[in-house]
Amino acid sequence: MSGDRMFDDPMPDDPMEVPRATNGRAPDVFREGGWVPMREHSENEAVDFAIVGTGAGGGTLACKLAEAGFSVVAFDAGPYWRPLEDFASDETEQRKLFWTEDRLCDGDDPLKLGDNNSGRSVGGSTVHYAMVSLRFRPEWFQSRSKLGYGADWPIDWREMWRYYQEVERTLQISGPLSYPWGPKRPRYPRRPHELNAAALVLAKGAEALGIDWAPTPIATLSSPHGKAPPCVYRGFCTSGCSTNAKQSVLNTWLPRALAAGAEIRDLAMVGRIETDRAGLVTGVHYHRDGQWRFQRARNVVVAGYAIETPRLLLNSATDRFPDGLANSSGLVGSNLMVQLNQAVWGSMAEEVRSYKAPPSLALTEHWNYADDGKDFFGGYCYMSQGPLPIVWARTLAGSRGLWGEALMRQMERYNHQVGLKMVGECLPQERNRVTLADETDRYGLPVARVTYSYCDNDKRMMRHALGFMGQALEAAGATDLWEERDDTCHLNGTARMGSDPATSVVDADCRSWDIPNLWICDGSVFPTVGGVNPSLTIQAIACRTADRIQALAGRGAL
Amino acid sequence: MPDETMPDNTSGRYPGYDVLAKRNGPSWNDKTRAVIDRRLAIDPEDHRIFDDAAWRTLKAVCDRIVPQPPKRAAPIPVAALLDRRLQEDRRDGHRDVRLPPIAEAWRRGLAALDAECRRAHDRPFHDLGPDQQDALLRAMQEGRLDDPAWEGMPSRLFFASRLLPDILEAYYSHPTAWNEIGFGGPASPRGYVRMGFDRRDPWEASEAKPGREDVAWEENRRVR
Ligand SMILES: Cc1cc2nc3c(=O)[nH]c(=O)nc-3n(C[C@H](O)[C@H](O)[C@H](O)COP(=O)(O)OP(=O)(O)OC[C@H]3O[C@@H](n4cnc5c(N)ncnc54)[C@H](O)[C@@H]3O)c2cc1C
Ligand code: SF4
Repeated sequence: MSGDRMFDDPMPDDPMEVPRATNGRAPDVFREGGWVPMREHSENEAVDFAIVGTGAGGGTLACKLAEAGFSVVAFDAGPYWRPLEDFASDETEQRKLFWTEDRLCDGDDPLKLGDNNSGRSVGGSTVHYAMVSLRFRPEWFQSRSKLGYGADWPIDWREMWRYYQEVERTLQISGPLSYPWGPKRPRYPRRPHELNAAALVLAKGAEALGIDWAPTPIATLSSPHGKAPPCVYRGFCTSGCSTNAKQSVLNTWLPRALAAGAEIRDLAMVGRIETDRAGLVTGVHYHRDGQWRFQRARNVVVAGYAIETPRLLLNSATDRFPDGLANSSGLVGSNLMVQLNQAVWGSMAEEVRSYKAPPSLALTEHWNYADDGKDFFGGYCYMSQGPLPIVWARTLAGSRGLWGEALMRQMERYNHQVGLKMVGECLPQERNRVTLADETDRYGLPVARVTYSYCDNDKRMMRHALGFMGQALEAAGATDLWEERDDTCHLNGTARMGSDPATSVVDADCRSWDIPNLWICDGSVFPTVGGVNPSLTIQAIACRTADRIQALAGRGAL
Repeated sequence: MPDETMPDNTSGRYPGYDVLAKRNGPSWNDKTRAVIDRRLAIDPEDHRIFDDAAWRTLKAVCDRIVPQPPKRAAPIPVAALLDRRLQEDRRDGHRDVRLPPIAEAWRRGLAALDAECRRAHDRPFHDLGPDQQDALLRAMQEGRLDDPAWEGMPSRLFFASRLLPDILEAYYSHPTAWNEIGFGGPASPRGYVRMGFDRRDPWEASEAKPGREDVAWEENRRVR
């Protein structure tokens, strides 16, 4: 585009108040004040796909469907950021990336989403994710038949392997030359990053205990790519990347989606999916610019994160679907899974300064692939850490009950602290679920109630991981160890895929069993979560779904 | 060593380090400058959410949770930072069902704390000595406070989910707190280069090693 300077707008605007993607243009995420052209669609003519949510699931799918020639409008409740001008290096300010409206938490172990809260931005949670990009262990796609727990996915791992590769190429993952675990995989597109001291501690500990470790495959550039520069190791990744080195949905799939003719509507909160008398969806009601509007669509895809997705389906109940859409199984909202995010922390004599560089530059998946001696089902990996001051103070105070002088003394050791943190597989349980609360949000829509309790298996895994990480940290030379026992991350489940309409919400193609033109494409469809961070798998599923939709359309089966 | 006219970060682990010295350099972008300038401009006495009674209680609580060096020329306005957060209704995105929304939880929690004090000591919280204040805060932390003024809100939960994390968030959002712990602070676009153990970029805080405090002092004064 040579002429797009013409569109540039010198006026500062507030992307949290006024939608940016309007009048035939959307923000150019690579230039301050820049714009790119955007095709617009009429509300009165049905588009092929209305997609709710532009995160890992929805944003990826919007791109792939638009590139396949479908007409697409993707809605996001959040703002359309230009990282270079909108992102400060500041934990507090950058909470503007989060979904801050209350969700009510209960159960035996009420969730504290804390700084692992999901996003409300064009690009979804990937705008502030930590970029760790891991594949599932192949057996996890059939954990029920092969490993004896959880539920089987209706998808073969070999098919997923191809889609993983597509996502890794798109995100230009930097990773090790050869990966120590699982079946052979192609080389990562870019060389690994230099390890920071926090990552070196993980490596030392793993070597001392005789297990493999690796530089983390990670979605931040180790050399320039297109309009994005390499990572400068500023360490604010989970507050949003102000340089664009981070490869998020915002600066990878979405620019492609726009170029292929997709429309993105920012600050557009979908409140309800409309259904007709035939029991098909006809479009979405959404709130934008101070009023409720309606977009007609031949298909609707829900991709709002594992909390907001079931919330929208439940909020769209009608006389015909009194329990919410796609819910004949009664499973919409249930089988919510978090991942265990416990950690062991300690102190090094050397300066570590773990605020430098992406937080998790080294990891071990040893306990995802080794099964001997486990007294629990499932697996976990663990990674090096780099908490910024607010997160660190809250962790220290929350785990150890410290305040006053005792806390201030410990905080002074900030630059020497070091930690190992797990991402662990929780089992699906029907009692863990998202339902609707009595409280409503600013649009008058009931908010989500999130009920969570660990099961015994979760607790056994936690104990195993804490014990092992403690040994590893000690072997690496850390002293004054202590455990952070109550953190969780990464919500998934709540609209699981499967091969039986009685026990799942969508089929392998993310199509709802009950309503053939209603689809769900985000972390909600996971039957199990595995012991790795989910975003690569969510994007791989979205790529697969796009291919399947194309195939179905090709034979007139949409 | 430095005298009285020096800034208030002359001693401690990172003597002479001032993260604000980097404000006009390549570690800060315009957005960061705007955000931090706004934060530093907050009037320490500005309170619109808390009434005067709650305000006095809150300030006394903050002094116990995050005590500041008595000689600090410009103490971090922790209570005002919290009031500002509530004014802007910046929520967490998750809330234990046993707690009311953030502003209401704070209002109720501080009122309950005062009620507990009056019952036990016949005086408001801010009038107590530090030991008595700490004893009450510890009782709250352990869930031993149950005056009707709590209106069913568990005191232990209020302490763990509101009081402690919210105060820490306010305190550690301030550059003076970053100086104290040697945090590099804002870092865009420049970022960092030296990554390994005991490696420091010239624009990072230098830690005082015993006997070598003046080396750290010199290095910290050169941070830009
Ligand atoms: C701090 C943090 C660090 C993480 N680090 C990693 C990591 O290192 N590696 C990894 O693999 N994963 C990581 N994750 C997890 C990963 O980001 C998420 O699992 C993933 O983005 C979820 O994808 P999704 O499509 O389900 O939802 P999201 O990406 O969250 O997207 C959902 C979008 O839908 C929008 N939305 C919801 N409801 C509506 C509605 N009704 N109307 C309009 N819009 C709506 C939201 O605004 C949001 O933008 C991290 C997450 C967090 C929070
Ligand atoms: S460390 Fe790299 S990826 Fe993270 S915020 Fe900085 S430049 Fe972006």
